[in-house]
Amino acid sequence: MSGTSPRPALPQGGRESLEGPDARGRFGAYGGRFIPETLTAAVEELTAAFETAQGDAAFRQEFDQLSKSFSGRPTPVYRADRLTQAAGGAQVWLKREDLCHTGAHKINNALGQVLLARRMGKQRVIAETGAGQHGVAVATVCAKFGLQCEVYMGVEDMARQAMNVYKMRLLGATVRPVQSGSQTLKDATNEAIRDWVTNVRATHYVIGSAVGPHPYPLMVREFQSVIGREARAQMLEETGHLPNVVVACVGGGSNAIGIFAPFYDDNVRLVGVEAAGRGLESGAHAASITGGRPGVLHGSFSYLLQDADGQVVATHSVSAGLDYPGVGPEHAYLHDTHRADYVSVTDQEALDAFHQTSRLEGIIPALESSHALAYTMQLAGKLPAEELVLVNLSGRGDKDLDIVRASSE
Amino acid sequence: MVTRLSATFARLRRNHRLALIPYLTVGYPSRDATPTLVQAAAESGADAIELGIPFSDPLADGPTIQAASQVALKSGVTVAGALEAAAAARTRVDLPLLFMTYLNPILSYGLDRFCRDAHDAGVDGLIVPDLPATESAALRGAADTVGMDVVFFVAPTSNEAGIDAACRAATGFIYCIAVTGVTGARAELEASVIPLIHKVRRHTKLPAVVGFGISRPQHLAALQGEADGVIVASALLDAIARAPQDAEDAVRRFLTRLRPSS
Repeated sequence: MSGTSPRPALPQGGRESLEGPDARGRFGAYGGRFIPETLTAAVEELTAAFETAQGDAAFRQEFDQLSKSFSGRPTPVYRADRLTQAAGGAQVWLKREDLCHTGAHKINNALGQVLLARRMGKQRVIAETGAGQHGVAVATVCAKFGLQCEVYMGVEDMARQAMNVYKMRLLGATVRPVQSGSQTLKDATNEAIRDWVTNVRATHYVIGSAVGPHPYPLMVREFQSVIGREARAQMLEETGHLPNVVVACVGGGSNAIGIFAPFYDDNVRLVGVEAAGRGLESGAHAASITGGRPGVLHGSFSYLLQDADGQVVATHSVSAGLDYPGVGPEHAYLHDTHRADYVSVTDQEALDAFHQTSRLEGIIPALESSHALAYTMQLAGKLPAEELVLVNLSGRGDKDLDIVRASSE
Repeated sequence: MVTRLSATFARLRRNHRLALIPYLTVGYPSRDATPTLVQAAAESGADAIELGIPFSDPLADGPTIQAASQVALKSGVTVAGALEAAAAARTRVDLPLLFMTYLNPILSYGLDRFCRDAHDAGVDGLIVPDLPATESAALRGAADTVGMDVVFFVAPTSNEAGIDAACRAATGFIYCIAVTGVTGARAELEASVIPLIHKVRRHTKLPAVVGFGISRPQHLAALQGEADGVIVASALLDAIARAPQDAEDAVRRFLTRLRPSS
């Protein structure tokens, strides 16, 4: 582009604060607050504290400042030339959340919520974790502020993400093994909620995804939407255009909601990629929207993988961070209103994209993000060369090396 | 309207007697055990019985009810199976029966259909621990259609607005949570439950029933004259777990030790 010709006026968008949910925490029919009464007052206190903080310039300034100096924001967008060439169609761009401190987007929400916990005077912070990225992020911010931190993690996930368990312990957190149920993220969340019910007066529960009772889905979206605000401005800056498509993986859906939300008002297609595991027809998957039906789990009404009797079923994904039977209520709403499309890719497709991205771009992606990459490569090949596909590369793959190595042996 | 629950509490109040409400997980310790255990409880001093429909993710429950729920689910207990068990129990006893379950199984079954079928099975009330009063309009409507009571909770952490919402939405009784925590037998009864009962009294004339942690005769003695009843769940299931081959005897012995006078 010539330096002298003025750019055409482009929509600014990327609002600081987005619409919805309503006062009851509903995105259409989804969301709400389905919690034991013991937690009601704490959740109301959190809602009030969050609303006050949102309106407080000092809070936002502290969040922005630490996002920059501690988390390493802004993260760049990157034109992936060799992936583009391999796909043979649209340009593939990556939003590099893998470059965040601790290696994933999870730090954005951990930072926001721990700052909020400090404002509320809570000395103890608990969290659930699946892949361990959220647990590491919360442990990291708690270390920085000297807060007591306990992280619930299923024993199956502790085995497959052993390095992150060690990291959390290095950071001074206590990792609480969860033996119940499928011993993964769902059960870790159950145990974290039980801890919170017991210690609610002095404890803040940092939910890591866009799930849970109101105000969590809203709060997580607000802290994560820095991803989309940056990406939107960066794409305009770098290409002069908004992307035609934005793609992100969806487990609970925090990285996806974070990159989607600032594009709601734009003519941009949004695609969430769920984990099809061994295939949707196998039953061994974690694709809540494409394979489930609405129900209530962990405090909100949304799509849920459940049997005919309303029991939550065991899920499977090669990616621990996507191995969860529920999904954030705003995604359920975006699905039903057709503002976003939800698709799924299998373990094997994700693993292939993991290897392809490593070899072609010199970037080792998280297995979660590899789901978004796999779909992007399929999609980009069908689109014309002038179109732009932006993928949220939500995390780096160091934590997944053992799994990938085992899968290729 | 006079219901089995309201008539039971009226009679107990006249006799200055604390309602003893044991909880049994449907299908625990074995799939078909429930009707027999209901009868054993009724013959051992129970004034009403809570029947738990097992759910895969009981997030208000401690290890005892989690384990019982898993055993029941593995044995194949479904919502339909729980309705059958309640109907079978109803042929043996006349005291009030309540279902306790999480929202998702009954949402999946259909709220209207569930309330109708539960009513037809002879069930008098519902307790749903992950359904606060503020989210309860749909279930409340479905229950009202068939004259089913719906019980709501107050907790040590509840604020006045929460207590008011629970007392307005509830029928049957108010469930006063004795501990800040999940279900499970406790050695001591927290003193804070007494002022919680007093707060409830300022909002409603409905009976105040205390649950979570109740396990010993001393707990009942401490609540005599303050509460209208107690719910005993985990301690009873623990007793069954110690003697699963003779669960009926375990229920009888536990309840008669808990309240020797009855």
